[in-house]
Amino acid sequence: MSDTRFLTNAQLPFCKGCGHALVAQNTEKALQKLNLNPLDVVLVTDIGCHGIVDKNFLAHTVHGLHGRSSALAAGIAAGLNNPNKKVIVFTGDGGATIGMQHLIGGAHLGFDMTVVVHNNMLYGMTGGQPSEFTPCGFKTPTMPEGSTKVGYDICELMVAAGASYVERVIGIGDYSDSLEKAFAAKGFSLVEVMEICTSYGVKSNPGMKLSKLVDAAGWNVKVFADGNGTQFKTPVNKETQSLISAKLEIQPKYTSKIKNPVSIMLSGSAGEGVQSAAEYLAKAAMLSGLNSTKKGSYPVTVGVGFSASEVIISPNPILYTGSPVPDLLIITSVDGLNYARNSTGKMKKGILYIDDSLEAPQTGAKVVRVPFRERVGARNSAMYAVFYAIHHEKLFPIDAIKDLFLSGKMADKVNIDTLMQF
Amino acid sequence: MQENNRNKAFTDGSRLITEALVRAGADTYIGYPITPANLLYLYATKRFPTMLAAPDEITALQWMSGFAAAGHVPVTATSFPGYALMVESIGMAAMMELPMVVVLIQRLGPATGTATCGAQGDLNVVFGTMSGGYSIPTFSISNYLDCWNLAAKAVHTAVMLRTPVVLLTSKDMVMTLQSFDWSVLPSIQPMQVKRYEGNETYFPYKTDDSLIPDFLPVSQNKHQVRITASTHDTKGILQNILTEAIENTKRLEYKLRKHIDSYTEYEFDEQDGADTLIVSYDISSQASREAIKQLRESRIKVSLLIAKTLLPIPSIYIDIANRYPRVVVVEENLMGQLRYLLFGVAGRKGVSGVNGIAKMISPTEIVEEAMRHV
Repeated sequence: MSDTRFLTNAQLPFCKGCGHALVAQNTEKALQKLNLNPLDVVLVTDIGCHGIVDKNFLAHTVHGLHGRSSALAAGIAAGLNNPNKKVIVFTGDGGATIGMQHLIGGAHLGFDMTVVVHNNMLYGMTGGQPSEFTPCGFKTPTMPEGSTKVGYDICELMVAAGASYVERVIGIGDYSDSLEKAFAAKGFSLVEVMEICTSYGVKSNPGMKLSKLVDAAGWNVKVFADGNGTQFKTPVNKETQSLISAKLEIQPKYTSKIKNPVSIMLSGSAGEGVQSAAEYLAKAAMLSGLNSTKKGSYPVTVGVGFSASEVIISPNPILYTGSPVPDLLIITSVDGLNYARNSTGKMKKGILYIDDSLEAPQTGAKVVRVPFRERVGARNSAMYAVFYAIHHEKLFPIDAIKDLFLSGKMADKVNIDTLMQF
Repeated sequence: MQENNRNKAFTDGSRLITEALVRAGADTYIGYPITPANLLYLYATKRFPTMLAAPDEITALQWMSGFAAAGHVPVTATSFPGYALMVESIGMAAMMELPMVVVLIQRLGPATGTATCGAQGDLNVVFGTMSGGYSIPTFSISNYLDCWNLAAKAVHTAVMLRTPVVLLTSKDMVMTLQSFDWSVLPSIQPMQVKRYEGNETYFPYKTDDSLIPDFLPVSQNKHQVRITASTHDTKGILQNILTEAIENTKRLEYKLRKHIDSYTEYEFDEQDGADTLIVSYDISSQASREAIKQLRESRIKVSLLIAKTLLPIPSIYIDIANRYPRVVVVEENLMGQLRYLLFGVAGRKGVSGVNGIAKMISPTEIVEEAMRHV
């Protein structure tokens, strides 16, 4: 055991008799037993009376938000990614209540850190309100009749979440051996130190003994998990590939005769290849020397309902990717028809290609009815409709999309001849 | 017309943003899934040296702060519902002076709203992020070149000024695919946080005239590091309302103001003799650029200001706006959030807005508003 100081000589900032002072002193002793250097330790404190102890520590100290200390410490531990560093969290039962998600998450993932819960069974800094850790029958200034609920058993919760080392201690005397074991454990460890707040707990519950209270609450004072849990390893890969690659570039091979931008809306059902068909259309336009954009619209449930895509192809740069009124509208299903009703009404000219099973809506566009679904089935109806429209509207050579299709993932599943029925 | 076709790819803005963030020096991505930030999350899994999946957005910001305290430059991407959960932690990171970038991808609100519909509804949310009226430097993307340049600028600003930075964009900017000649993208240099190199006792929040304190990560073994979000002195020790501590808190805003020229980004397309100024940012910049083109083709004189640094508002925007009797602010929200920041509740004579929700504002709407007084 070293005699390296982890605490300054200044007086600890706690009320007389408060168990928080013992936590600080036992922490120092446990770290001395482990022969650690103060600058190999990062102490992360929560909000609460215990959190003002930072200034007494000679380790690195980080003081954040109420309840979030365990998540902040997890980020530090993962960011350090160094087993020779020790990350310790001081939190209260209030911080553990509001930050329970972070304790469960930390234990679940096995971050290399130790949480010391200063459980004095109430919120001390704000006047003695009950926390979720307040045991049944325990009185506080704002609950003088006593709590009627059983408090959380944080140790059992941590074991269930997968913590490596878990122990509950009575916060009296020397419990540095327990803290030492927790600090030395690999992965996530937690020690719950039971205390009674001298300002609010003792006054509201005169004569109550801490160990009897813990016993009556059904909280076992013991080691719950012995330190053989998993340890989080931060993934680090400094050799990732650039997202910008020549493989993604599309070299023009064909030419298009269109002189002005053409705005095309494809509207159908989810699961029927609408977005893929629109992407083939836009890329084929690029293969024909045009600029193109594709904007998708769909509900959050990606597998059902409508699926629509707006494609603009243009020989000129496209500044604006919206298309309030399409020049060419392709509707392949009832879902698509319902979604596109706004647009069909606005079209004063242009062309509407619509599956012939559907009733054509009111529109100023020229209506062309084609049995897309009947000829190729629902799943390929959107792709077929795109082939059909490119051919008949002479947007660019049909070979452009044919080339793309044959070199793409769908070529094995769909016979190109079925898409070339004009 | 097609001479630049050789290096064109069909890409979304998310790809460009992700690549630029990494090249600029960001090394850690913490993600929580939310539409329409999904593509950034996906690209981050392929490109960031470290990518972690957080269980919620509060945790995401806390983990990021931890990584930043350990010397990393972390990034996340979210939308309003996630940003709302992050607000307290962003304030914490600003107070601790930890560099990080939050990409905020706007979608239709309020609340959950419509996740798959774009919007520009969150500028005033970002404006009010910090209790006490402190700023989060905020950039807004107006096109693909900005996806690249401003993503890098966001990282560089976060690192240089030691602060969280918001990169504000929207669904149709990051998810729409476009043909794009990426040979025009300039190279990006990584930037690292300036570290303390002295032998004297390290004061984590002591600064020189730059008002930016030198950094040390909690990983090093030479000096004690104290980091805190509570009102603190230059040692990083919690203080009540001690003068030194309050001066330190005020410095958080002063450092951003002092260096604002280094991160003021805008585009001003000025036309001699124009009485009308169109002002826009984010996705509605597209329609504004198209509208300007149409107006000028009709021999209507008009100037265009695209605001890219949104917060703190650069004073040059006010100087430019004051030169025009007519100002039209174009943005995809209900009441005009940039208009409010520029001209206040009282507004100004000759100032109007083109606004809209649940649809992209069209160039025609802007042309009509600009022509209203011609």
